[in-house]
Amino acid sequence: MSGREAILGNIRKGLKRSGPLAGTALELCQTRLREHRPNLIPARAQLPHAGQVELFVQMAQEASATVARVTERAAVPAEVARYLADIGFAAEAIVAPDASIAGLDWSAAGVATEARHARNGDRATVAPAFAGIAETGTLMLLAGPQSPTTLNFLPDAHIVVLDAARIVGPYEDAWAMLRSERGEGWMPRVVNWITGPSRSADIEQKLQMGAHGPIRLHIVLIGD
Amino acid sequence: MQITSPRFKQNAHEALGDAALQRALGNLKAGFPGKRAAAVARMPEFEQLRDAARDLKNHILEHLDFYLETFEANVKRRGGHVHWARDAEEARAIVLDICRKAGAKTVTKGKSMITEEIGLNDHLAANGIEPIETDLGEYIIQLRGEHPSHIIAPAIHVNLDQVSDAFHAHHGKYGKTERQTEPRALMNEAREILRDKFIAADVGITGANFCIAETGTTVIVTNEGNGDLTQTLPRVHVAVTSIEKVVPTLEDATLLHRLLSRSATGQEIEVYGTWSSGPRRPEDPDGPAEYHVVLLDNGRSNMLGNEFREMLRCIRCSACMNHCPVYGAIGGHAYGWVYPGPMGSVLTPAFIGVEQAGNLPNASTFCGRCESVCPVRIPLPKLMRHWRAREFEKHLTPQGFRFGLGVWAWLARRPKLYRLATQVATRVLKPLGGKTNRIGSLPLAGGWTAWRDLPAPQGRTFFEQWKDRQQAGGAK
Repeated sequence: MSGREAILGNIRKGLKRSGPLAGTALELCQTRLREHRPNLIPARAQLPHAGQVELFVQMAQEASATVARVTERAAVPAEVARYLADIGFAAEAIVAPDASIAGLDWSAAGVATEARHARNGDRATVAPAFAGIAETGTLMLLAGPQSPTTLNFLPDAHIVVLDAARIVGPYEDAWAMLRSERGEGWMPRVVNWITGPSRSADIEQKLQMGAHGPIRLHIVLIGD
Repeated sequence: MQITSPRFKQNAHEALGDAALQRALGNLKAGFPGKRAAAVARMPEFEQLRDAARDLKNHILEHLDFYLETFEANVKRRGGHVHWARDAEEARAIVLDICRKAGAKTVTKGKSMITEEIGLNDHLAANGIEPIETDLGEYIIQLRGEHPSHIIAPAIHVNLDQVSDAFHAHHGKYGKTERQTEPRALMNEAREILRDKFIAADVGITGANFCIAETGTTVIVTNEGNGDLTQTLPRVHVAVTSIEKVVPTLEDATLLHRLLSRSATGQEIEVYGTWSSGPRRPEDPDGPAEYHVVLLDNGRSNMLGNEFREMLRCIRCSACMNHCPVYGAIGGHAYGWVYPGPMGSVLTPAFIGVEQAGNLPNASTFCGRCESVCPVRIPLPKLMRHWRAREFEKHLTPQGFRFGLGVWAWLARRPKLYRLATQVATRVLKPLGGKTNRIGSLPLAGGWTAWRDLPAPQGRTFFEQWKDRQQAGGAK
């Protein structure tokens, strides 16, 4: 008997069932998967949009991200130039190939860019967020050719561009957005939830930023 | 790893006398419980979330075969592979086979207690493949030749100067000859050295906190980002996990997410929650070309059918050990195998046998702090008591203990005699307490008084006082 059959058989024995799930119980489980209903959503996450944006900024900053607000997308390169100068980095960044990022006028802001996935040694990257989750100041990014996931982990400074209109209250609303925009059952290869920069407290429980991932996380928030 | 659970008492004794360990355990007690309490205070629905998580987990366990098969089908649909391992040996063989087929020389590892449970590192090393732990805490203890002493803070028993020593001893070959003494500098050194390891590795091995049936997704939860570099850069990603980690939907995993970090470190949420669905797609510029999930049973399916089923709700947050006075006094290594603290005292006898691990569930006062903080409301004291019963049934407890328990049981079934005996005992013991009302040494109770004083009885038994109180109340 294969491991698979032995394990499933022993599970059924423990559940006092002789075969696979059937009848009403099976239908209930299938319905549960199909409906994927949210569970309890905390009151904190249920706010009008303006409150969600404020909460997102507050929680992201609490998690040691920095947040800069710009009024329009065209202002993103200038903000990135300002930020890189501010932290003492060269005016260079690897940007996500996504048109919303790579298509901006970077040269006008004096930032040298390459649109590709990240490689070891890249110091700063710019990537687009799919959504922002106000509840905990969490960014949600989708991996794919337009937004390679290495951009999120290899640099020292990770810059994420987020449209304020895409800030939702709870995580569940971000899943709903993914399902409605990309289709039921579709998942990117990786969904990254990112809340603040990398950290570790493994040495004497003292928190240090920048363990393996980015030492800094900067969020450029467009509009309100 | 070598199992030392049978010599638990000796381990605990040594741990209590280990000054460096006691200093390190102070960091734990000063940190996690207060941070958890603060996070819980900010989430008014926390108790309701715990109820919902308990109910969700119970539902999953009742339909575990269905959700596992659905998970498997969805992983395959996305081009991934699912392997089922009945026990540790099968799991090790599966991972080794994947590594061999990948021609692996080195593998990087994200933090995974399941790979500790199956003893993966030793097995890979014995077969010529170098495993490299990349979580900072895991890396520190790997250099020191140790195993984790805590399920989320594996190096909690190590002090700063010991980290300095370990890095100084091992990093010379990378040109790092200066002994660093600041946490920041030590972490930077590890970051630099491990970055090259991530790039060079052929296979990346992680655990998985959740496996989502609906989408065929595995989820890892980290703060360092090492798990992501581990699973993104090598050509092959293997997620080694266990059968009870499956959840129905993204929404269900989200419910457990709200509880996990708050219960563990007191964070609102971890830094990186990574939801992986299959291998690199044709148009992808990065990510692993192969994606494997290993589902380990190793005794879990047996627990579904016995009195330990509730233990399978565990989401490995570590709140129980962070709040346990026994863990706080002796640390994790004393427990003698992979899982320490209250959850370990229930799991270890299930995995390695009550014959070897019977002392673990005995080392509890049943104070109940573990159950009071468990995010999925596992009745840990009750489950430990079940092990005590089994140990007794199997005649594993010492003769003297069984005799004493027999005498007590005989007496307890004779209430009049019991009350008389306790009346006599309290009156005999009271004067032994002297001025301090504490008894420093007592015949037949040396096991107790060798380490602490016995508070002297105050002269009258509970039943006597209760009777007085009832009569006084009745007179009103």
